Amino acid sequence: MAKKWYDLFDVDTQSFVYGMQANAVQRMLDFDYVCGRKIPSVAAIINPSGRDGFHKAFFGGKEILVPVYKELKDAVKKHPEADVVVNFASFRSAYPTTMEALGYDSIKTVAVIAEGIPERRTKEIIAEAKKRKKTIIGPATVGGLKAGAFKIGNTGGMIDNIMESKLHRPGSVAYVSKSGGMSNELNNIIARNTDGVYEGIAIGGDRYPGSVFIDHILRYEANPEIKMIVLLGEVGGIDEYQVVEAIKSGKIKKPVVAWCIGTCAKMFKSEVQFGHAGALAGGELETADAKNKALKEAGAIVPDSFDEFDKKINETYNALVKKGVIKEKTEPEKPGMPMDYAWAVKMGMIRKPTNFISTISDDRGEELHYGDISITDVFKRNIGTGGVISQLWFKRQLPDYGHKFIEMVLQITADHGPAVSGAHNTIVAARAGKDLISSLVSGLLTIGPRFGGAIDGAAQMFSSAYDRGLTPSQFVDEQKKKGVNIQGIGHRVKSVQNPDMRVTLIKDYVKKHFKATPLLDYALEVEKLTTKKKNNLILNVDGCIGICFVDLLRSCGKFTREEADEYVSMGALNGLFVLGRSIGLMGHYLDQKRLKQGLYRHPWDDICYLTSSQ
Amino acid sequence: MAQRAIREYDGKQMMARLLKEYSNGKYVIENSFAQVTPGTDFKKLGEAHPWLLKEKLVVKPDQLIKRRGKSKLLLLNASFSDAEKWVKERMNKELTVQNTTGRLTHFIIEPFIPHKEEDEYYACIRSLRDGDEILFYHHGGMGVGDVDTKSEKLLVPVGSKTNQEEIKKILRNVPDERKELIAGFIHALFNFYSDLNYAYLEVNPFVVVKNRVVPLDLAAKLDDTGEFESSSKWGEIEFPAPFGRTFSREEEYIKELDSKTGASLKLTVLNPKGRVWTLVAGGGASVIYADTISDLGLGKELANYGEYSGDPSEEFTYQYAKTVLDLMTREKNPKGKILLIGGGIANFTDVANTFKGIVRALRESKEKLQENKVKIYVRRGGPNYQAGLKMMKDLGNTLGVPIEVYGPETHMTRIASMGLKGGK
Repeated sequence: MAKKWYDLFDVDTQSFVYGMQANAVQRMLDFDYVCGRKIPSVAAIINPSGRDGFHKAFFGGKEILVPVYKELKDAVKKHPEADVVVNFASFRSAYPTTMEALGYDSIKTVAVIAEGIPERRTKEIIAEAKKRKKTIIGPATVGGLKAGAFKIGNTGGMIDNIMESKLHRPGSVAYVSKSGGMSNELNNIIARNTDGVYEGIAIGGDRYPGSVFIDHILRYEANPEIKMIVLLGEVGGIDEYQVVEAIKSGKIKKPVVAWCIGTCAKMFKSEVQFGHAGALAGGELETADAKNKALKEAGAIVPDSFDEFDKKINETYNALVKKGVIKEKTEPEKPGMPMDYAWAVKMGMIRKPTNFISTISDDRGEELHYGDISITDVFKRNIGTGGVISQLWFKRQLPDYGHKFIEMVLQITADHGPAVSGAHNTIVAARAGKDLISSLVSGLLTIGPRFGGAIDGAAQMFSSAYDRGLTPSQFVDEQKKKGVNIQGIGHRVKSVQNPDMRVTLIKDYVKKHFKATPLLDYALEVEKLTTKKKNNLILNVDGCIGICFVDLLRSCGKFTREEADEYVSMGALNGLFVLGRSIGLMGHYLDQKRLKQGLYRHPWDDICYLTSSQ
Repeated sequence: MAQRAIREYDGKQMMARLLKEYSNGKYVIENSFAQVTPGTDFKKLGEAHPWLLKEKLVVKPDQLIKRRGKSKLLLLNASFSDAEKWVKERMNKELTVQNTTGRLTHFIIEPFIPHKEEDEYYACIRSLRDGDEILFYHHGGMGVGDVDTKSEKLLVPVGSKTNQEEIKKILRNVPDERKELIAGFIHALFNFYSDLNYAYLEVNPFVVVKNRVVPLDLAAKLDDTGEFESSSKWGEIEFPAPFGRTFSREEEYIKELDSKTGASLKLTVLNPKGRVWTLVAGGGASVIYADTISDLGLGKELANYGEYSGDPSEEFTYQYAKTVLDLMTREKNPKGKILLIGGGIANFTDVANTFKGIVRALRESKEKLQENKVKIYVRRGGPNYQAGLKMMKDLGNTLGVPIEVYGPETHMTRIASMGLKGGK
């Protein structure tokens, strides 16, 4: 079906949406769907700040891919059938983008949504469009729509409102309004008082709209499908007088029901500028009262107030039906429209099982929360790193000495020189040119039963023995029978005479602050026995940390016994070592990078080659 | 966001700074303009502008008042001490000019330029849809009269420039020896106007004295949407409210709220004793409600004009509603009062959400609403409007004042006519 000169849109019209306006695109596609369109009205999206690709959107119940282009020129080349640009560019870039769009032969209509484009630039756009015989809708508008065929961007509001106003199929009434905000109301008024909207355009509230009332009304006059016209004008400017003249001269013969808003301007003590840039009377002629009067005198149907606008529209329509100008059609069946998931959830109409649960933190509200503590309170209450760890790991706050103990453990386990396996691995990885995370992880992966993992093992072993009521000597004997070393006992170099300062620091702190230390006391008894056998079988740092942590969990009053045991069995104690040692491992990584160390290759003479060939 | 008038002082400063650039250095406007505001210390002013003490002066209020000469708001050929005395007699005084009452707070002082009446000319450039129009008349000043009909006009179409030869064609009645000078000046003025996002620039009069052009009086409007292109050249300017437009404490408060949110909150109190108050969503709808009340012959009872739109948060809506309710319950009226909570059909705003703030404010004002015999009418449509309207209906059962609630099936302004029935 070839478009007539008076048609800006039809059921096959395709457009480009300029700007990554996912919601507007979806609303256009939803409209397409209820109109029963075969092809989506959005041929492509232009995303100047992105890159070429596709955008996924719904077309009814099924999903489609809408092409995305960075440049309008590429889109135009690929989609010569699209002749409308819905331009969502900001007030800064609306001018260059609209001028560009007008330059392509295939583009016939540009809707400019932005508000706040300099008037000088708008005037240049208007002149360019005029030269090229193209149509501009806007600026500063929501756009417009042709019922049952095509919708610009966000016009018409939510889909249920669109259906309520019967915009999914054409009626006989076309309107043009300055206000975009009032276009929903016009759709509603017309739907309730006539057989519905045929087309509605909101030309926008600027002083210089790209197309004016008369441009659209002349199209409506020429279109035989349209039987009556509604005009909603406004105080400010003189564009309504072109309609007055056209009615007077007989150029417009169809009934025009008209009203200009802003009659209250006379109530204001000083000059008043309403919301629209153009809504200021620059003289008597520009007042709403003068325009309403002129329209009425010319022969338009003008109510005494907006309150009778609906009545006038209804009377005019009924008269046309009576005269046989309008033949009322039977209402087609209302198409179904799948409801949007987000909206259905908001309305409480549906529910869905979740795939994840999380109970430790929440980033959705006004500010980040760690459990029930806001990030502001983390600092206000000065809970420290220990407090944060406790909150995120155990979902509770410990007594202050407990938080300090956690911090102490991190400080003590932070590093143990470059020779231990974790640091060694990190250094080798760093020197192989790997990044921080890879080098760190390479070191962390050595943590286990032989390196660092003794914290956990010691805690479990000692508490099990203690809880089973074994005396220290029974415990030592039991392990001996099993042929298993007691975890947390023994050091390579440190001994009774040469104590490990780290262990001394922890013991002193724990003795001073903890409410009770049964497990530590037990371990010290065990140590007495083992050191008798061998001087270096002392309670080592891993053992001391593990055992004291169990004492903390059990005695601080914040955990039940079951909870305390569960955290130990889940490996929380190993976590302390991993966390603390990560500090040192990253230090080693940075150290190697700072020293610009090259690839490490282990020397041959340090390896005993025992291959079969030799 | 629109065409907005600027002070004569700001316009002239801009001209003194930039007209040179737009005329290849040919037209130099001396920067001898001084501004007086309530806080001005005249002694310091004299030190900052030594010419004030040497020359004879002109003093005028600078508050977008038209026809100042006719209203005797003009001091000519004065010494600095005369000027000081004249200003101090008027500063902060209330004054009625052409039916508008306001307070004088801003004055401009500039050198007095002795000249003959035939040295005065009128020039104006204004923005039209098809281009920019230059208006010229070979007399100027107070008595210039209806320039729209008698001036010579030159339309410079959009996208094109003009030149001195073209401009000379509208200078037919100017003595030959001055044509070149005046055409050059108007040309410079046009370039200045069009490059700086002016929407209106009137110089009435400018005078030609000793082969030099001096603009005596200036009225101008800038297109404030051009700010992102021109603000560096505009310098520090302000867009004053029209003369006589003062803001009450509540209006100031709403302006302040408005500036804190991306949404829009507007309030103008038209008649604090009025019986009809509005709480309307949407710019267009708010005008239409005010229109309808006025058109139904109850304009005198219309207390306020205002709107909330652009999806304000519950807190902002609450503050806004609270302010209106406070204003409307200050003085009782034996006939009672009417509150219209109106609006069209929202696009995407969740109606129930915005109503929450209003409901809270209504609940808090329960006693005052009862004492003032307030009757409430609600009409609204849009997303989730059913829940919003239900909230209002439920409130009606507990608030102790009648609330009538309507949706999109009822014509938008019908609640105005319903509410006003019997009120006439």
